[in-house]
Amino acid sequence: MAAPFIELRGATRRHPGGADIGPVDLAVSRGETLALIGPSGSGKSTLLRLLLGLVRPDAGEVRFEGEPVRAGDDAFRRRIGYVVQGGALFPHLTAADNASIVARHLRWDGARVARRLAELAALARLPADALARFPLALSGGQAQRVALVRALFLDPEVLLLDEPLGALDPLTRAELQDDLRRAFGELGKTVVLVTHDLPEAAFFARRLALLRDGRVVQEGSLDDLARAPADAFVTRFVRAQRALALPGEPRA
Amino acid sequence: MSGAGAALALLLAASPPGSPEPLRVGSKAFTESVVLGELAAQLAASAGAPAVHRRAMGGTRVLWEALRRGEIDLYPDYTGTVAREILDDRGPVDEDALRSALAARGMGATRSLGFEDRYAIGVRREVATRLGLSRVSDLARHPELRLGFTNEFMDRADGWPALRARYHLPARDARGLDHDLAYRALASGEIDATDVYTTDPEIPRLGLVLLEDDLRAFPPYEAIFVYRGDLARRAPGALAAVRRLEGRISAAEMTAMNARAQVERTPPEEVAAAFLGDALGLAPRFSVETVPARILRRTREHLALVAAALVGAIALAVPLGVLAARRPRAGRVILGAVGTVQTVPSLALLVFMIPLLGIGAGPAIAALFLYGLLPIVRNTHAGLAGIAPDLREAAEALGLPAGARLRRIELPLAAPAILAGVKTSAVITVGTATLGALVGAGGYGQPILTGIRLASVPLILEGAVPAALLALAVQAGFDLLERVVVPAGLRPARGPGRRAARGA
Repeated sequence: MAAPFIELRGATRRHPGGADIGPVDLAVSRGETLALIGPSGSGKSTLLRLLLGLVRPDAGEVRFEGEPVRAGDDAFRRRIGYVVQGGALFPHLTAADNASIVARHLRWDGARVARRLAELAALARLPADALARFPLALSGGQAQRVALVRALFLDPEVLLLDEPLGALDPLTRAELQDDLRRAFGELGKTVVLVTHDLPEAAFFARRLALLRDGRVVQEGSLDDLARAPADAFVTRFVRAQRALALPGEPRA
Repeated sequence: MSGAGAALALLLAASPPGSPEPLRVGSKAFTESVVLGELAAQLAASAGAPAVHRRAMGGTRVLWEALRRGEIDLYPDYTGTVAREILDDRGPVDEDALRSALAARGMGATRSLGFEDRYAIGVRREVATRLGLSRVSDLARHPELRLGFTNEFMDRADGWPALRARYHLPARDARGLDHDLAYRALASGEIDATDVYTTDPEIPRLGLVLLEDDLRAFPPYEAIFVYRGDLARRAPGALAAVRRLEGRISAAEMTAMNARAQVERTPPEEVAAAFLGDALGLAPRFSVETVPARILRRTREHLALVAAALVGAIALAVPLGVLAARRPRAGRVILGAVGTVQTVPSLALLVFMIPLLGIGAGPAIAALFLYGLLPIVRNTHAGLAGIAPDLREAAEALGLPAGARLRRIELPLAAPAILAGVKTSAVITVGTATLGALVGAGGYGQPILTGIRLASVPLILEGAVPAALLALAVQAGFDLLERVVVPAGLRPARGPGRRAARGA
């Protein structure tokens, strides 16, 4: 088997005032979609930040294609798309300017930027008139779609998604889930998705990693988690999600 | 080579023909000094030497510093003042000794202009007649007299303390008053005696009796011009012209000129020209500025002060604010330092600048610049620190380098706060710049200062009203600028912007 595309090796991170992370070992292969799940405060988002080099591990290491991730490596970050809950769009820029900000910084010419915008707007099913609006004038779903377009703009190899659908109403959420899964399928990118919603995790990813208190409790498919839980916490987590999402109905 | 070098040296050594350096006359911030300065400037001009008069520049220290630094060539002063305040000489004042002491400092002094403007004790005629007062010694016999002295006289070692010690006057509470108020209190009978300058126009007007300083508590205050020692070489013609005033002005003539300028509000140029015509048979050319021209000139001066200080403050304060936001430890030091500057009284800050930068626009701009820093630094820091963490992180995660993050994301997001800081700073600077007149920087403070000196409300308003209007205009200007500088997406009150999208 080839070396993992992205890899955490014994990574730890002290988090003053928050949950400590690790040690965590985790590997993601190229083209795979991995869902990080767990309750609030289990360290999912910090793990994502470690992968991106936004925070440094106190011990252990983070490797990307076998190379350690360095701090403040802007070129490396451009190979990764990052989407957070709410989108974190810059309020002073239009949706189009938000999406194309790095491309413009890299001096792409106007026509190339316009082409890429059109392409990604179609992929993300973003109405053309929304591109001209400022973030304040966008709906929650539209803002999230713009954030996805921004993350995909430089055609990154990896997408890191931190609760990308967390702030949306159920209908918009379901619609976006469909669109996102279709987009992932078309693009064939390596995706790491953080969510606390087990059905959503299973909808996107074959492989799940369940976190608790900064450590990976169990890795595997939803089936593995349900049938052979590593401990009582896994059972409780799976049950709680089932009970909330689909009462009484068994999940495959 | 050597030929060319010699020619160059010759060129550098020779002053350009036909354009001699003008004689720069200074004057202190009171009527008599301004009139004397004007006399000197007009005399030099009528002798063919160009002269500029920087009027009402400030107090003794300001004028002396300006002279020492070569910013002015000459200014009127008084022997007692020079001895006590400049030479710090407590002994009896002797004109020749004074001249040699000045010469040791590279300065010269004219002979007395013919009159003294000294401290004296003025008493209402009715009181003097009733009690038979004619000498200061007589005061000792009448402890019931109500004394009101100017604040300066109360504080100066050669003022009330010296007088009381010399004449063994009973210790009683003398009231400290403003100079003009003291005259008013005297006229209305609230006080019986006050200190006066012997050429004050109020003395004849109120019919005051001056008590003779029979025990010589006060040094003589002969009016003289103090000048730079090199003036005799640089502008002998101008100096000779000014020296024509030696012994030519009597105390009565000076008092009359003060009265014309101060009571009748005749412009000092006109007062001086009239005297030169009567006493020396000259017809000096002078022009009195029209009011609009004067206001326009002061507006230019004021705007120049504000603009220079503000541009400098922005150029330093924004980077300091950025640094403060990026490095919290340095930030505390920076915010503390600019905050401390703000606690220095503006007047003191101006005076501190004089030894460093002399007088005129320089020290005023420097002081205003320092004052302007705090609002901009603080708002820049607050604006950057107030950016939502997820936005900051998003910019970083996108792989934008630090410089681009600052330029494309952080500064635009902080723009409303930064601009508000600049606006505050600008409005404060417009107001504070009026103090610049105290160090000879001109601007709207000039008529305010003169107006206070002459107790003239119209003159004060001539400075105060334009200053207030300018502050309002600056405020309005920044409100307009806000629409341009603050990104459309950050203006919540307005609808979604319609900036053209880049495609789609």
